[in-house]
Amino acid sequence: MTTLDSSKEIQKNNSEINETHEDFRMFGLITFLIADGMTFAGFFAAYLTYKAVNPLPDGAIYELELPIPTLNTILLLVSSATFHKAGKALLKDKNSDSQKWLFFTAFLGIIFLICQLFEYFNLPFGLTDNLFASTFYALTGFHGLHVTLGTLMILIIAWQSRINGGRLNSQNIFPLEAVELYWHFVDGIWVILFIILYLL
Amino acid sequence: MTISIDPQKTNNKSLQPKGWLRYFSFSLDHKVIGIQYLVCGFLFYLIGGTLASAIRIELASPMSDFMPRDVYNQVLTLHGTIMIFLWIVPVVNGAFGNYLIPFYVGARDMAFPRLNAVAFWLIPPSGLMLVASYFVEGAAQAGWTAYPPLSITTPQSGQIIWILSVLLLGGSSIFGGINFIATIIKLRRPGLKLMQLPMYCWAMLGTSLLVVLSTPVLAGTLILLSFDIIANTGFFNPVLGGNVVVYQHLFWFYSHPAVYIMVLPAFGLVSEILPVHARKPLFGYTTMVFSIMGIVVLGLVVWAHHMFTSGTPPWMRLFFTIATAFIAVPTGIKFFNWVATLWGGKISINSAMLFSCGFIINFVFGGITGVALAQVPFDIHVHDTYFVVAHFHYIVYGGTVFIIFSSIYHWFPKVTGKMLNEKFGILHFIITFIGFNLCFAPQHWLGLNGMPRRVAEYDPQFQFINQISSIGALLMAISTIPFLINIFLSVRNGKDAGDNPWNALTPEWLTSSPPPVENWEEEAPLVEEPYGYGKQFSEQK
Ligand code: HEM
Ligand SMILES: [Cu+2]
Repeated sequence: MTTLDSSKEIQKNNSEINETHEDFRMFGLITFLIADGMTFAGFFAAYLTYKAVNPLPDGAIYELELPIPTLNTILLLVSSATFHKAGKALLKDKNSDSQKWLFFTAFLGIIFLICQLFEYFNLPFGLTDNLFASTFYALTGFHGLHVTLGTLMILIIAWQSRINGGRLNSQNIFPLEAVELYWHFVDGIWVILFIILYLL
Repeated sequence: MTISIDPQKTNNKSLQPKGWLRYFSFSLDHKVIGIQYLVCGFLFYLIGGTLASAIRIELASPMSDFMPRDVYNQVLTLHGTIMIFLWIVPVVNGAFGNYLIPFYVGARDMAFPRLNAVAFWLIPPSGLMLVASYFVEGAAQAGWTAYPPLSITTPQSGQIIWILSVLLLGGSSIFGGINFIATIIKLRRPGLKLMQLPMYCWAMLGTSLLVVLSTPVLAGTLILLSFDIIANTGFFNPVLGGNVVVYQHLFWFYSHPAVYIMVLPAFGLVSEILPVHARKPLFGYTTMVFSIMGIVVLGLVVWAHHMFTSGTPPWMRLFFTIATAFIAVPTGIKFFNWVATLWGGKISINSAMLFSCGFIINFVFGGITGVALAQVPFDIHVHDTYFVVAHFHYIVYGGTVFIIFSSIYHWFPKVTGKMLNEKFGILHFIITFIGFNLCFAPQHWLGLNGMPRRVAEYDPQFQFINQISSIGALLMAISTIPFLINIFLSVRNGKDAGDNPWNALTPEWLTSSPPPVENWEEEAPLVEEPYGYGKQFSEQK
């Protein structure tokens, strides 16, 4: 059994009313991600409705280039795999391996963001040009915000796994698992976004 | 993996102020947070009520003579927003949920005490911000629905603050919802089955599902709306190619469930109160559970009944009419179960019971006008008239607010260890009930005869009925006086309540009043049947 706070003193003092429960923090996180997913669902629904009901006049339609977003899709899928590696390594208490994989994952996240910015700068339209442009930036921007937050969190846990036997180890793997779940979620949203926005 | 919940750590007693001062501190105790929600919500209710009185004073005469027209719109917007997002939603969910749910699942605190405190402490600042937005140039005046293009064309700084504040309140509500779901599903004491939970737990589970599934959509919508205002994008601006109806769909995808976020907890609370004061088991427990879940599912798919006049295609009208009518089935089941619970019971006429019965009466009335409104031809006739205003006040005031008062009378002895004075309580009920019906029943007439809502001026032919309505509103304002006096006197020198003044069977009454920080001195008691009233009696026979 692990405790939220492993300091022995506190445990000793209150052992009479200590209650144990199965870990429900992951459950809470999943609930949160469902909520977060609903925000995206709202955006997707709005985008698809616009596409169906408010089609743009011919001259105002832009062709989106595929190479960068495709590269970005690959980057994110690979990063999901490297993150998984990090978790595996931590479970075997190979902290430094785990840390390397984490840094690599964060690196992929940063490349993703750079590519996205690069794409933004080379697009022929700006935020307020027309309805499609606005929705495009809203969707990709909101997702990019998620990637940014995710990358920051990966860097934080990579920092935490720095010291052997420190905050992160095979006994206390929850922070890593939580960020991993979040990262897979952000990946999944990207795949849907990619299909809806670029391929449809 | 398991983790341990250590109440003394989370509620670090030694660090916390003693006595009533702890209600003003950052506490992680679910009971303190519950009371903080209640008191904070009530203060906003007083503000919202003052604004309502201002509205009714204005409407006592046909001309716009009490305040300028745009001020009227601002007051109306602030009133609606405060009442929904700062009074009803935080109180029926946050206040009673926090206080009762850990008791009901046999826990010593909520699943995530820190998140819980954060959820509460988002409310006072964003509420104050909302009130303050009235004083900036161009206060929000597009109503609590903030429909574009009105909300993007009227003066805007106030509207932006309005959006920010509603976003924060939505965040608070989502955090609360996550916490309730985790507490009810994961934190139940071993051996307590889902089908043994008191009804309020089920109601809160359903409500929290709605919160988690629909509030984020509102958040996304308001973010897009703020882009329209700040960055001049055109999501909802027809001039720029946008589509206002998309806003309405997204908005009502939240705001229809929001009415269930307001009434489902009230359903749960009334199901706790009636059995106690009628000394009978809750009738039809299983059907009650399934009707709650039915309402959750149906509640998520009927939003477009608010948009029958927005150019919805016929198939949509048909679908949403039928789906809405179906909600009457689970709601009707609940109604008949409550009546069956009362039937033949040993009813004690006290304030809690009176407010609960008042709720049932008002709610049925509001429900019937609701089914009427779901019929497209009728809705097209009365849309945006006072009929709608009357309908939803029968639900939110006659339903939810009545239950909030009923619950305060019911649980006050547990929270404070003191009884409330019944004479004041009954006086409070009588004035509220008369005032409420005097205020809102005549508005059905106004609506049927075509008086539009959200206007400061109206045709003089409606003056008499409007004056009756204003007198009712005055009575409602007066009714808070006996209530406040009662609370004040009883906290100071009310009769000692003892642990279980109502001889109730739900778990919170099996501990001392007020409860200790850890809820129970020893292990949480296992209540096999929360509604076993009269069992021994019938077994003896
Ligand atoms: C204290 C007694 C109350 C009175 C006298 C009162 C009165 C009014 C009046 C006259 C309006 C204007 C209707 C219109 O012109 O469209 C209104 C609107 C509204 N009220 Fe109340 N009200 C009261 C309590 C409440 C409560 C408890 C709620 C809680 C949810 C509430 C929610 C609303 C909402 C949402 C609106 C619509 C605002 C809008 O259309 O933007 N009211 N109320
Ligand atoms: Cu509705």
